[in-house]
Amino acid sequence: MIHFPILRWGQPYKSLEVTEVDHFLTGEAVAEVSQANPGIVARDLRKGAARARDVLREIPCAELLAMVKKGGELFKSAELPLGDGSQTPDDFVRQQSATTGLPEHMCRMNMGKLEYVLSHLDEVLTSLTRKLDYQILTRGYGEEDGVMRSYQATTPVLGMVLPSNSPGVHSLWLPILPLQIGLVLKPGPQEPWTPWRMAQAFFEAGVPKEAIALYPGLGEVGAAVLNSCSRSLIFGGTATVEQYAANPGVQVHGPGFSKILIGEDKVDDWEDYLDLMVESVAINSGRGCINCSGIWAPRHTREIAEALAEKLASIVPLPPDDPEAALAAFTVPGQAAAISADIDNALKEDGVEDVSAKHQEGSRLVSRERCDYIHPTVVHCASPEAAMAKKEYMYPFVTVVECPQDKMIGLIGTTLVATGLTEDPVFTQVLLDARNIDRLNIGPVPTTKLNWLQPHEGNIVDFLFRPRAFQQAS
Amino acid sequence: MGRESVTNLDSDPATAGSTLDNWVREIIEWHFNPETGCLFWLDWAQEAGWDPRQEIQTFADLNKFPHFEDEKLRGGPLRRWVPKALADQPTFVFETGGTTGIPKSRVAQKDFRVDYELFSETLPDAHFPRGSNWLMLGPSGPRRLRLAVEHLAQHRGGICFCVDLDPRWVVKLIKKGWMEHLKAYQDHVIDQAVTVLSAGHDIKCMFATPKLLEALANRLEADGSSLRDTGITGIFAGGTEFTPQWNRFAHEELLDGIYMTPTYGNTLMGLAASPPSGPDEGYKITYYAPQPRAVLQVVDPDDADRVVGYGETGRVMLTTLTKEFFVPRFQERDEGEREPPCGQYPWDGVSGVRPFSRLASGTTVGVY
Repeated sequence: MIHFPILRWGQPYKSLEVTEVDHFLTGEAVAEVSQANPGIVARDLRKGAARARDVLREIPCAELLAMVKKGGELFKSAELPLGDGSQTPDDFVRQQSATTGLPEHMCRMNMGKLEYVLSHLDEVLTSLTRKLDYQILTRGYGEEDGVMRSYQATTPVLGMVLPSNSPGVHSLWLPILPLQIGLVLKPGPQEPWTPWRMAQAFFEAGVPKEAIALYPGLGEVGAAVLNSCSRSLIFGGTATVEQYAANPGVQVHGPGFSKILIGEDKVDDWEDYLDLMVESVAINSGRGCINCSGIWAPRHTREIAEALAEKLASIVPLPPDDPEAALAAFTVPGQAAAISADIDNALKEDGVEDVSAKHQEGSRLVSRERCDYIHPTVVHCASPEAAMAKKEYMYPFVTVVECPQDKMIGLIGTTLVATGLTEDPVFTQVLLDARNIDRLNIGPVPTTKLNWLQPHEGNIVDFLFRPRAFQQAS
Repeated sequence: MGRESVTNLDSDPATAGSTLDNWVREIIEWHFNPETGCLFWLDWAQEAGWDPRQEIQTFADLNKFPHFEDEKLRGGPLRRWVPKALADQPTFVFETGGTTGIPKSRVAQKDFRVDYELFSETLPDAHFPRGSNWLMLGPSGPRRLRLAVEHLAQHRGGICFCVDLDPRWVVKLIKKGWMEHLKAYQDHVIDQAVTVLSAGHDIKCMFATPKLLEALANRLEADGSSLRDTGITGIFAGGTEFTPQWNRFAHEELLDGIYMTPTYGNTLMGLAASPPSGPDEGYKITYYAPQPRAVLQVVDPDDADRVVGYGETGRVMLTTLTKEFFVPRFQERDEGEREPPCGQYPWDGVSGVRPFSRLASGTTVGVY
């Protein structure tokens, strides 16, 4: 069986504790994963974090950029080491699908997305650093246009507690190595595949092994990563977001609550945007934080909900290797049933209706022997005050909420991506000024279409480098 | 009315079974005799309508008792648990948990001393030198462990140095999500340990929980020192879950050759020791109860009358059989694999002890 060891600064370590990751349909064990104990994480970080940055600083940023770009190509196309053997790109797609429940073509799409980001990483970094000379990051200071600039790394390594549900999020940590910051990765329990393969691709491309550590494990290992790294990224639910909201060393990536906001000037043309809505809700099986979970409009909301429900009803469970499969399975036992029950509970409120029900074949929840599916769900909310209007789940789920335009910003809550369908300059300015919106699209841009040259939930460079005053006597 | 002998361990496989049955009869007679027993069990027998002194002749007969429910240990009057024959003895109360509501309590008089004197016989003098001083790096307060370790040190001719550690505050910090405070509290505990170790007390032996041992080793290393540099030669570790992987990690990366013996114990049972569990044993840890004073069984979680086969997984079930305290068939919050007898302990053991998976989400360990 495939075995994933722990990587202690690149060195494989087989733990006495291993867990199996199983195929979500057959139950067959696909791989076994060595489980780290928190003490290993704390000890390695204390002994090796500074070394990780030191070895990276011995390589100019431009060379590291070339290495990770090469790593991107290898990730997408090469046969790379895995366990006692190797893994082809096709193996990767099948294996990732088997343990995450994501259809294979989506795994392939995410693979392509990661390779795309790596192949454009020089542009991404140019944008995120605002064209800063990389030498200034390496040395800590330097002059640009006659002005002294100094940046201090806030950490020698970045810790990451990664999710199982959405392989696309790995794009967030790809720019780190060229900034000469080491990587400490805690993979999601069902998704050891991407962090491992990416690490192997980077090693093959010449990145020093001492720069990357990989610690599979449960919650206490994630906590050890957060405790041992002065800067970390964590992915989780609302509770995780609340837990770390006040911690400046932790950047939390939780539910996105991304939305499409339709202005008074465009709402009567809502049918023109139906495909945009479907794409925003359903692409990548609705698992991403950038998937739209709320469509807010001042009127026509019932018609919008009906039309959307009719379109989304064509999305049904299909085998993972079916190129048409658009719905991912829930592989954690009981999770889908709990979500469906939560929806039923929220539907008890007046003015809240599951519009999808009449368009679906069978019930919302589809239980299989070893996994579950939930049919795409569109819920109409007659009022923005409904509790349902603030819900988000990791599948194609969307509420269509009737709300006056002038009340929207005050009621939508935190929103990772907002697409404002408007040409009204006044509403546009309101959207631009809304501090509860992170990424803003004006015009018909799907919430899921990212511009990689722009920051996502805070600029990672700002998170890792602190600008400061520096003077040197001549 | 006599008390049991300290040396009642029977290490002869041929007689261990009959020794246990004899001991069961003696203990049942003691606890259910109106002259010697405690109110709790005398009242229980009256309500049950049968006389255990007549019907319990062997350990297997204890199946006639229902599973002991530790909820009965909450609240007073505590005297209901003290056997009449021991009513004039100085009595301690030890508490478990207690983060919410009234904690569970257990009375004790000499049991904790007897248990730890028996355990002392398993400690190699080469690593736990007689007459050397000890550090108790574990919970303080109304805990059996704190007094028991101190008695162990005294029994071996040493003096025990302790730290202040309130595990109830630790659990509250975790539940509140105050992780910075949690870290600060752990630092506070380790500060105390480092101070004691640096004060010229000639400490060679230590009790520590795995987490605190790790934290102490890391602190010493960060200060340019090590556990070995402090002069410690033997560590008795336990109090929380102790995995083979952690055991290996400790041996390979923290201990630098210091002898460590894992233990499994609690307020109801006393202390289960383990045969060597280092690299030669693949770091596997197997615990053996101090039979006949306590008996550990590994049972089917869905049918606790059925002991699982050797190597099979089940829930840990404890029976405590001392003249101070009788606990029949208590289902622990742990699970593990049933292990066969070994040379040192000719009765069943349990390995791979970990929180019972059906209850595991409720277990909080935290700093200690």
